[in-house]
Amino acid sequence: MQRQVALIKQSLFDQGYLDEQFVELEELQDDANPNFVEEVATLYFKDSARLISNIEQALERGSFDFNRLDNYMHQFKGSSTSIGASKVKTECTMFREYCRVGNAEVFSLFRTCDECRCLRTFKQLKKEHATLRKKLEQYFQASK
Amino acid sequence: MGMVRESQFHVLAVDDSHLDRKMIERLLQKSSCQVTTVDTGSKALEFLGLRESNDPNALETHQQEVEINLIITDYCMPGMTGYDLLKKVKESAAFRSIPVVIMSSENVPARISRCLEEGAEEFFLKPVKLADVTKLKPHMMKTKLKKEGEKPSEEENATLKPEESLVVEMILPLNQELELEQKEPMLSSNKRKAMEEVISADRSRPKYNDITTSA
Repeated sequence: MQRQVALIKQSLFDQGYLDEQFVELEELQDDANPNFVEEVATLYFKDSARLISNIEQALERGSFDFNRLDNYMHQFKGSSTSIGASKVKTECTMFREYCRVGNAEVFSLFRTCDECRCLRTFKQLKKEHATLRKKLEQYFQASK
Repeated sequence: MGMVRESQFHVLAVDDSHLDRKMIERLLQKSSCQVTTVDTGSKALEFLGLRESNDPNALETHQQEVEINLIITDYCMPGMTGYDLLKKVKESAAFRSIPVVIMSSENVPARISRCLEEGAEEFFLKPVKLADVTKLKPHMMKTKLKKEGEKPSEEENATLKPEESLVVEMILPLNQELELEQKEPMLSSNKRKAMEEVISADRSRPKYNDITTSA
């Protein structure tokens, strides 16, 4: 079982889903706080589920409110950084960049391009996020 | 002669993100600090004992309920930002001596210098690490020593004003390492014992061995 745990963890790092911040989290875990990492992960996925839902609603409305979207992504990026969710963090950064560019865009045609990029990035983000969630769930399960 | 009392420091942590509050709380606990977390600047002020009167510009000081040795706050928060909170603390006669540290996920040089100019002791980029938190001890130590310095003592004749630098005399246990920010001493230095000068820079330091009180 220990080997399984190590393998899952190694693949998460090798594939870039997690970065060294996750290691920092593990160092904060001790006998007095034995489930710290899992608690943080639970909080993260609760937070991020809410944010994903907010972003989806904002996108469904048809008109892109770049400021609002950027605000959600800022929060998403923040919590992803705190937990060491590297790939998700990268997608958040890209999304924000498209928001920034799109917000400043005068030509509606180019603006539409930025909106497309946002949507594509968001789709990718959700995919990475779902994979991370599944793998971490496996990891914590195997650790018990 | 003064002995540094090994009592816990109490930190007030302010962040609107639940996750970040949990993180900073754990980091501070790991550093042997007592922690209180709040999710807004207004709650932070309330906790300190600063309540707004009818005049929104004047903050009444009620009796401070708890002694706080440091405030660490996120910069980006809805309503009162960390910067606003910093200003309010530094504007208050009762609490301006409490060191304030700002955290931010964004590296904006103008923001950093603005905060430092307003009186923030440090500016941490998130994610905050254990190594960052160990930098806080000297700041908190200063306030505790200041308080002790203000008590009447037969050895010191000079009255210490908050603006004046402090000559610190400490007897350090051999197995503990403590770094202090050294200001220019105004009183004679012949009482100084072991003291290390810190030039704050990014450097890795050995893992800090916590000062813990016996239960």
